[in-house]
Amino acid sequence: MTAAFSKKQKAVVKGAIISSLMAATMAFLLSIFMLGLRTKSAAGALVLEPRFTLVAGITVLVFSGRLLLHLFWWNKKALSSHSFKQPGWFEQLASSKKIGWFGQLALAQKLKGLGKHGGTIMIALCFILPLLLFFFNLKLGTGLPLRYWFDIATLILTYIMLGWGLNIVVGLAGLLDLGYVAFYAIGAYSYALLAQHFGLSFWLCLPLAGLLAATWGVILGFPVLRLRGDYLAIVTLAFGEIIRIILLNWYQFTGGPDGLSGVPRPSFFGLPFKRYGDQTFHIFFGLDYSSLHRILFLYYIILLLALLTNFVTHKMRRLPIGRAWEALREDETACRSLGINTVNTKLTAFATGAMFGGFAGSFFATRQGFISPESFTFIESAIILAIVVLGGMGSQIGVVIASVVMIGGFELLRNMEGLKYVFGQEFDPSLYRMILFGFAMVAIMVWKPRGLISARLPTIFLKTETAVSPSPQNKGDAQ
Amino acid sequence: MNQSANQGFPLLKVEHLTMRFGGLTAIDDLSFSAAQTDITAIIGPNGAGKTTVFNCLTGFYKPSEGMISLTHPDRTRFLLERMDDFRICSKARVARTFQNIRLFAGMTLLENLLVAQHNQLMKASGFTIGALLGLVSYQPHEKQAIELARHWLDKIGLVERADDHAADLPYGDQRRLEIARAMCTDPLMLCLDEPAAGLNPKESDQLNRLLLDIRREEQIAILLIEHDMSVVMEISDHVIVIDYGRKISSGTASYVRNDKKVIAAYLGVENEEGQGAEVKP
Amino acid sequence: MEYFLQQLINGVTLGSIYGLIAIGYTMVYGIIGMINFAHGDIFMVSSFISLIVFLALLSLGLTFIPLALFLVLVISMVITAAYGWTVERLAYRPLRDSFRLAPLITAIGMSIVLQNYVQIAQGARVKPLPPIIKGSYTLMEHDGFIVQISNMQIIIILTTLILMLGFSWLISRTSLGRSQRACEQDRTMAALLGVNVDRTISLTFVIGAALASVAGFMYLLYYGVIDFYIGFVAGIKAFTAAVLGGIGSLPGAMLGGLIIGLIETFWSAYFSIEYKDVAAFATLAIVLIFMPSGLLGKPEVEKV
Repeated sequence: MTAAFSKKQKAVVKGAIISSLMAATMAFLLSIFMLGLRTKSAAGALVLEPRFTLVAGITVLVFSGRLLLHLFWWNKKALSSHSFKQPGWFEQLASSKKIGWFGQLALAQKLKGLGKHGGTIMIALCFILPLLLFFFNLKLGTGLPLRYWFDIATLILTYIMLGWGLNIVVGLAGLLDLGYVAFYAIGAYSYALLAQHFGLSFWLCLPLAGLLAATWGVILGFPVLRLRGDYLAIVTLAFGEIIRIILLNWYQFTGGPDGLSGVPRPSFFGLPFKRYGDQTFHIFFGLDYSSLHRILFLYYIILLLALLTNFVTHKMRRLPIGRAWEALREDETACRSLGINTVNTKLTAFATGAMFGGFAGSFFATRQGFISPESFTFIESAIILAIVVLGGMGSQIGVVIASVVMIGGFELLRNMEGLKYVFGQEFDPSLYRMILFGFAMVAIMVWKPRGLISARLPTIFLKTETAVSPSPQNKGDAQ
Repeated sequence: MNQSANQGFPLLKVEHLTMRFGGLTAIDDLSFSAAQTDITAIIGPNGAGKTTVFNCLTGFYKPSEGMISLTHPDRTRFLLERMDDFRICSKARVARTFQNIRLFAGMTLLENLLVAQHNQLMKASGFTIGALLGLVSYQPHEKQAIELARHWLDKIGLVERADDHAADLPYGDQRRLEIARAMCTDPLMLCLDEPAAGLNPKESDQLNRLLLDIRREEQIAILLIEHDMSVVMEISDHVIVIDYGRKISSGTASYVRNDKKVIAAYLGVENEEGQGAEVKP
Repeated sequence: MEYFLQQLINGVTLGSIYGLIAIGYTMVYGIIGMINFAHGDIFMVSSFISLIVFLALLSLGLTFIPLALFLVLVISMVITAAYGWTVERLAYRPLRDSFRLAPLITAIGMSIVLQNYVQIAQGARVKPLPPIIKGSYTLMEHDGFIVQISNMQIIIILTTLILMLGFSWLISRTSLGRSQRACEQDRTMAALLGVNVDRTISLTFVIGAALASVAGFMYLLYYGVIDFYIGFVAGIKAFTAAVLGGIGSLPGAMLGGLIIGLIETFWSAYFSIEYKDVAAFATLAIVLIFMPSGLLGKPEVEKV
């Protein structure tokens, strides 16, 4: 190649500039009013506060960003060799092998290697590490912010459990449920109300709450599970909202928007975690009182609950019902032609998912000590769905990764004080959490419609488990 | 079971079947019957209503008029037009395949064949709860199911690929896998929707042998819709020709082949599909 | 009786707004068979744009209200159309042939993005706007109860009527309408016959967004209060309207909008205002369960 540009290269550069200009125009149109003028209330009326530098910045950023991508990424080949090809950038992104750097097969094998021992090691770590840290702090006085750490871990585990629960419905059975939070709410309110009115203990209420949630899953699911996928999604969303509105307005029963407070805390085999009293946890075990005891205890409860969810799902996948769920996801018509009662099969998936949602809900209630309808909005359903989708529908480990990244990552984001120096003191990183969630959902779907971890392990082998067969790469496209 | 005793036992009886879609009459007063251990073929030009007949038989459409009755050898009678599609398979024991193959593409061959044995395995697993709580011993039943699956995989020559995904199979193998999957539901009647479509001569031949095998060993009725005349002519005991939703001829393959009405309606219209010298009068 | 009439007028006004949003759902569903979950948020964005443009024009010294409102409507339609186009380009076009639920998930993602974008850009507080179009006609008076129709209501109902008529003409008579119907029938075939499928789909989104922006503009003027969350509930209700009317059918969307508007208004008037959303959502579930093809839709025959 000589110094002079070839005709094709000129065409590429020209095309790149035009397309970047168009993108910049679009960005300008989109941002000129929405970002360029901020409405502020002053003295009873709204006034506008111009921020045109922001608009200019965004326009320039979009232009230069797209130009750079054109020249150095999408058209790398065209500019270095003479083949000229310019597919749309998203299409390119979707099929790019460069980005799909961890190949499905390699990952599947790695995971399998990990799965055999790594899973056990991970679980063991989850059990031992907190205790270890606790004693470190106690004996060595390391002063780690354990309370905060345990809280985050508990939060992440709650989402992992919810994700695993929803994974049964969405990932295995292929039913898009946008109202999953309703069952979470039912679980939470069941526990709070049962405990308040009948004085039942957490350990008794837990299965009851799960059963109630499952029953509601059947009641709500039965009429609608005949519907096609996208209609089902909207109806479940409507149900989720109906339940929330009822919780919000049924004042006598649910406390309305004020919610229910004073939800009892769980006890350790009847031993409460209290500073004072004659039969408390720390007195019984002869320990010094520490508020961390209860937090640690809650952590272990949710860890066990999450593991139970995983264990049951794992078992069910290998039973006929689990295979029927997956078959349902693959082809419902074929299922019916094989004599499978698809409505019942869907109902079991719906009810099982709802039950775990109910468990998680009563855990949430006991952990918070206070619940109100505000905790059960659609956005919560969307977060759980995002975790399942991003992790890879049907993949258990994917849910873990997505929960850690999403919930943990945003917790990190919240604490990034450094960002304030970049974006100014008013910058609140937690505001950007949901927008990033939304973008991640779009990007993952475009890039990998089956989620980050899309390799599926067969549930049974005819021969001995010799190899993981590669999952068909773009199977999603075939449906 | 004694073969001669069952020969000609009228398993399926279709009477005055009519199916309308809005103003269009896809099937018009069609009557025919199919005997156990017979291979019955329904042929007809494109758009004659063949697949619609199948969809009525297997419950995917509810016919506008008519009666479809299926009588088991023990004399239990099922009125298929009144049954849910999945019960037609599980209770009346009718299995089917699809024109555009419908396998569980992301699952392995073995899993496909196990899903077909769902109902009986569900019972064996104590409807899941039993097996989850360890109340029933599910393993032996699963072993049995795997054996049945292995048997059919062996029949279609795909044992080696049992743990591969169904989507990875070549087209012809997918067709045969779909038949094997249907057979795993333990049917009395097997309905095949254009099983030879898109197969090369060698695969077509394999298919013929498989079908004859199934009839000989399983003693069941096979009902098939076909376009490929060579399959129909070689293996069918009984051929029904329909055109515009009406039956225009029926009888043995050689009889139908020489029926003037058939030649006019079927071969006359679609000369290029006349499959050459074999069918010319 | 008077009370009933008054509610009827209110219901028809509300129904007009829902109907305009519902057209966006129904068109997109007709052409690519997916629920454009972000459409409600497009409507929300448009009401914000209207508010901002209106305030900007006022502060620029444009005090002749009719001209200002006209300009607001035009600018808002253009900008909202740009949003509609961008959403389609980013989130739906790359998934044209992906598996069934993928576009629905990206649509939810887009909806979350838009809501939070507006929240970040404009703040979470509600934005009030004092009434601009005032005045009303008294239709009848009886026992001290007055039945009124306000100028705003007249404008809303008339605008909707005009847009509906113009729009039906667009679909049935122009080449864009023909391409649209061709894409609805068979996208591959349409492409083979020289219809620019991508452009047609983009235009569908653009038109849907423009209509939603009319709805957003009128919503702002009628209610005088907006926030970043209005799109969610309005979106579900408009979707209900689309399904009720028969998804894919334009007159159906309008009819469905009217019915949902009436149900909601009468429910609030005679039963309880707290549960008005429950009434709308329950209607959605009931309609989908018992008549999934809606009032004016075509029944779907499952292809096996």
